[in-house]
Amino acid sequence: MIDWLKKGLARSTSRLAGGLSDLFAKRRLDEAALDELEDLLIGADLGVAAAARVRDRLGKQRLGQDVGADEVKQLLAEVIAQPLTAVAKPLTVDPANKPHVVLVVGVNGSGKTTTIGKLAKRFKDQGLSVTLAAGDTFRAAAVEQLQVWGQRTGCPVIARETGADAAGLAFDAILESKTRGDDLLFIDTAGRLQNKTDLMEELRKVLRVIKKQDDTAPHDVLLVLDATVGQNAHSQVKAFKEMVEVTGLVLTKLDGTAKGGVLVALAESFGLPVHAIGVGEQAEDLREFDATEFARSLVGLG
Amino acid sequence: MFESLSQRLSTAFSRLTGRGSLSESDVTEALREVRVALLEADVALPVVKDFVARVKDRAVGQDVVRAISPGQMVVKIVHDELVTMLGTAGVELDLNAVPPVPVLMVGLQGSGKTTSSAKLAVRLKKDKKKVLLASLDVYRPAAQRQLEILAEQAGVGSLPVVMGEMPVTIAKRAMEMGRKEGYDVVILDTAGRLHIDEALMAEVAAVRDAVKPTETLLVADAMTGQDAVVLAREFNEKIGITGIVLTRVDGDGRGGAALSMRAVTGRPIKFLGLGEKLDALEVFHPDRIAGRILGMGDVVSLVEKAMENVEVEAAEKLARRMEKGKFDLEDMLSQFAQVEKMGDLKGILKMLPGMGKMTAQIDAAKLDGKVIGRQKAIILSMTPKERRNPDIIKASRKRRIAAGAGVQVQDVNKLLKQHQQMADMMKKVGKMGNKGLMRSGLGGMMPPGFGPFGR
Repeated sequence: MIDWLKKGLARSTSRLAGGLSDLFAKRRLDEAALDELEDLLIGADLGVAAAARVRDRLGKQRLGQDVGADEVKQLLAEVIAQPLTAVAKPLTVDPANKPHVVLVVGVNGSGKTTTIGKLAKRFKDQGLSVTLAAGDTFRAAAVEQLQVWGQRTGCPVIARETGADAAGLAFDAILESKTRGDDLLFIDTAGRLQNKTDLMEELRKVLRVIKKQDDTAPHDVLLVLDATVGQNAHSQVKAFKEMVEVTGLVLTKLDGTAKGGVLVALAESFGLPVHAIGVGEQAEDLREFDATEFARSLVGLG
Repeated sequence: MFESLSQRLSTAFSRLTGRGSLSESDVTEALREVRVALLEADVALPVVKDFVARVKDRAVGQDVVRAISPGQMVVKIVHDELVTMLGTAGVELDLNAVPPVPVLMVGLQGSGKTTSSAKLAVRLKKDKKKVLLASLDVYRPAAQRQLEILAEQAGVGSLPVVMGEMPVTIAKRAMEMGRKEGYDVVILDTAGRLHIDEALMAEVAAVRDAVKPTETLLVADAMTGQDAVVLAREFNEKIGITGIVLTRVDGDGRGGAALSMRAVTGRPIKFLGLGEKLDALEVFHPDRIAGRILGMGDVVSLVEKAMENVEVEAAEKLARRMEKGKFDLEDMLSQFAQVEKMGDLKGILKMLPGMGKMTAQIDAAKLDGKVIGRQKAIILSMTPKERRNPDIIKASRKRRIAAGAGVQVQDVNKLLKQHQQMADMMKKVGKMGNKGLMRSGLGGMMPPGFGPFGR
């Protein structure tokens, strides 16, 4: 029973992994063909509703026409890229802010600390003075992890012992960074699941306390999303946006087989800028988000 | 987990169950909803397709025609197939080997391997096992330090870190220390890796060959989307896993990844990670979960959880009073205390039968520990006389109680109203007697329309 099931699954998933090529040698774009395309989009985590919308848009353009494999991929990529172009905005640092404060939030294990390390390197390389604040005072060795990133990138790290008050640390970090005349300050936070009311309240407190120190701060609130995550990303964005006024997204772990298609639906429903994508563990493994490139990779156009 | 799936399925079935006969198009329509429900719960598409096909085969065949209530029959078929997909009984950790028994933890970056390793150690320690934790993660900054700290918190041994040592050497040294110092279990926590990273996959395969683990557990995030099938299959093919630890189950009502990974690997889900504390790890009981998905509640889990925590005496006292239909504010207070001991209120409510559809309302009500604390404070601000005789609490007493508890008068009113409702319910239960309660389930005490099938 299980064996039979496994064989069936292996077949269907290898087809998914193989992309669209085998599907479309040269055939008519009829309803059956659109069904298959829709399935492929669902398999890339677009979600049922967003996949249906993409399908409809493609159908309106080309239903009944003969199309080749590459052509259909191109078309699909264009349809997907369209709503994403508007959200592709790199993170910019306003030189008027001394420092420009960036609060980084997200669920556990999404890649907040690593993303901060990578962003710190990027801006440091541009000649900005960057400070990191180790606001994850909960998880064991999270402070040490950020300190290693500080050494790697040559950025000072403001830290307290594990268990210290995260809001208090953020308050002091801004003060210290101001005194130093930094251009940029990244504040790390402990990972938290978006449905934990008490932990989300704690994050709100961090935000309130930051505003007390500098009422224009934080100038950016980055939500770090793991591309491996499926439809749960919707509730992550919703909850973090409501609680701490998220201003932009970073999508991590796109170097795996997960396509992060949920971003398409997120762009449609929230319209938050996507600042960068993570594609590895090294400091340089951070790219600007490019809508066309992302859409092409989503449909298997390398 | 599975709350949202449960809700969608309830809706899909509500149209079927009342009907005397079903046409093929009724079934097709319901199954289309089942398909969407499963996909929105992040069950992987190939798994969904196979699932729907199997249910359809059985549902439009003779099974349904002969059944007295075809709708119920379809629900039953879906239930049976869910059970098949999830596996039947809970599978414990296999430690049946010469100690020290090596347990290898593998998975993607950020899936929760280190935390799960520590949780597993805590669990095994409770079973009187001597556990050694060793981190083979030489890549993520401070990962080894993290496990060291967690081992200290868990009160188990940890392998001293030697900087610059490679994973295979660390693993061998861990086993050596395990042998010399008489450990029962050695948990090897590895670095997060992508299943398509050939070099890192080869590295963990080398560790496997060096220590020959009795258990190789894939640690995966319950929130994983469609990629779950790919990563589970790859880890299983390249390393060979014996079970799955699903983490952050408390963060997602979907749980589709559980279904996908089990289906594609045929390996059981062994544990669920349900929180940040080190004791937040539960054995996975697939047979109970299938019922919970369909909104039938997880009474067995609830009873077990209650048995662990509730003081038998207090419970018996309450039960005697319930039989008499009596329930005053003192009882309410002691019930609050019990609930607090049992842990997360939301989690408990969701285990109750017939609560599938109420989950959204529970979430909207933002029920958390704080609410209970506040309510306890209100009752504690009353005199013993008031607690036994809530009727005497009028305006001036309410003002005094509110001031004492640091709340508004309307909060006191709310609590009194809530108590009234509970007392009424107790009277009802008292009348029904135990038999009545069993028959109608707790769902029978819910207002109409709350049950999964519009009872």
